[in-house]
Amino acid sequence: MVPAIQVEEVSKHYGALRALDEVSLEIAPGEFFGLLGPNGAGKTTLISILAGLAIATRGSARVMGFDVVSQYRDARRSLGVVPQELVFDPFFTVREALTFQSGYFGLRDNREWIEEVIHHLDLAEKAETNMRALSGGMKRRVLVAQALVHKPPVIVLDEPTAGVDVELRQALWRFIRRLNRDGHTIVLTTHYLEEAEALCGRIAMLKQGRIVALDTTLNLLRRHSGCYVELRLSPDQLPAALAPFVAQRHEGGYRLALRDYGEVERVIAELRAAHVEIQEMEVMRPDLEEIFVQIMKKA
Amino acid sequence: MTGFRTLFYKEWLRFWKVSVQTILAPVLTALLFLLVFAYSLRGHVEIFPGVDYAAFLVPGLAMMSVLQNAFANSSSSLMQSKMTGNIVFVLLPPFSHHEFFLAYLLAAIGRGLVVGVGVLAATIGFVEVRLEHPLWVIAFALAGSGVMGALGIIAGLYSSKVDELAAFQNFIILPLTFLSGVFYSIHSLPPFWRRLSLANPILYMVDGFRYGFFGQADVSPWLSLAIVGASFFALSLFTLWLIKIGYKLRH
Repeated sequence: MVPAIQVEEVSKHYGALRALDEVSLEIAPGEFFGLLGPNGAGKTTLISILAGLAIATRGSARVMGFDVVSQYRDARRSLGVVPQELVFDPFFTVREALTFQSGYFGLRDNREWIEEVIHHLDLAEKAETNMRALSGGMKRRVLVAQALVHKPPVIVLDEPTAGVDVELRQALWRFIRRLNRDGHTIVLTTHYLEEAEALCGRIAMLKQGRIVALDTTLNLLRRHSGCYVELRLSPDQLPAALAPFVAQRHEGGYRLALRDYGEVERVIAELRAAHVEIQEMEVMRPDLEEIFVQIMKKA
Repeated sequence: MTGFRTLFYKEWLRFWKVSVQTILAPVLTALLFLLVFAYSLRGHVEIFPGVDYAAFLVPGLAMMSVLQNAFANSSSSLMQSKMTGNIVFVLLPPFSHHEFFLAYLLAAIGRGLVVGVGVLAATIGFVEVRLEHPLWVIAFALAGSGVMGALGIIAGLYSSKVDELAAFQNFIILPLTFLSGVFYSIHSLPPFWRRLSLANPILYMVDGFRYGFFGQADVSPWLSLAIVGASFFALSLFTLWLIKIGYKLRH
């Protein structure tokens, strides 16, 4: 099967800056893929290369098997990009913007799908409103709609929920999930790691232009077998034997970082031996955010 | 073809929607020039035998408006799109460099011609202008606005700020159009200035265009057409190349 996205040893240099350094990546059709990394890690550069907005210094990239340079027409038809910046054309209404975008991709009578996109993104009431008059959240919806008007098999969302209210975020994810169920490949960059954890089947983490982790979300979460224990004690005094485990001391309690669940037993035993009563206890597995921080530290 | 047609239509609609600013304003400016120059110099100047100065001015002013507006259309559209970031909407679709170029060029020519027709229409009834060779008029209007539309694309690609485009417009386009024989014949200039004027490509556009009206010109219309046509061809090739390599469009 042809990969939805195939990136082979792609580098992008801006003078001395290596925005991307020999990045290789393959995303299968139908995946919900997360591209994570701190600011300046190269996520947007990688998306720009896929979309033809930037040209790789070295290496090659393909979308649905089409080279983004030599077969740029087919590659761009296969790709819908929601840009990170809140951009819009102030001359036109929402419906005009969508009709133009659809026409740019060579689609003549696309009214039915445009109406569907308008409906699902809750834009119907604003369809005849000039883009200038829309709120930030509404403009973001239009950006998503513009990326979808040509029904691309691969959809890239570059931080689509930045500065967006909860209601829109949920509506957006419902719609994107539906598209993914319908077979569209989704590539997502976001700073909200809980979103990535909930949505993405596989994740690549980038740091300074290099991929530092690439695995399924489940494997990434399992990779760190440790867990955290939140404790509230009476008296509020941790036995000395447990001091090496303290990850965080906060008001009224402790957070201990344990190597595995087996160590929970030892914590309880030490507390009992020291006659310290457990008032509250919560055992937590590390979330993607913790794992992200750990990977970024190590890389 | 649908993609190209849509981009062209979008570019057309872009100026049409703000036609007070993009069409009516330049027509009014041309009429003010006509009013001031024609009436203040009435009876003092006769450039072509048997042609009233006001009548002499009308085609020149119309062509000046055609050229300036063709340039303004493509340059401001591209520069504004780059500045606001919405250029991404035309960079993401699968346009070839030919389609991209033609859509911006034809919209620029379109606005130039609409303004030119507006200027000519507005003077009907005030000034009597002959129309001896309409084909020459059409040929120079098309080729001239094509040159300026292509130049506008180059300026729009080059400029990242309003300042840069304004410099292009105020220090290159405006002086060249004002000193292109719109208000006078180059035969009335001292020899040095006459020779210098002949290096101004816009002179040939205005002179050839005027030939279509009066059947008289400073330079042979064939020579003018050859110069304007060659400029259009060369500029088009250069502009196409800039778009193809993504000059200041794609990193």
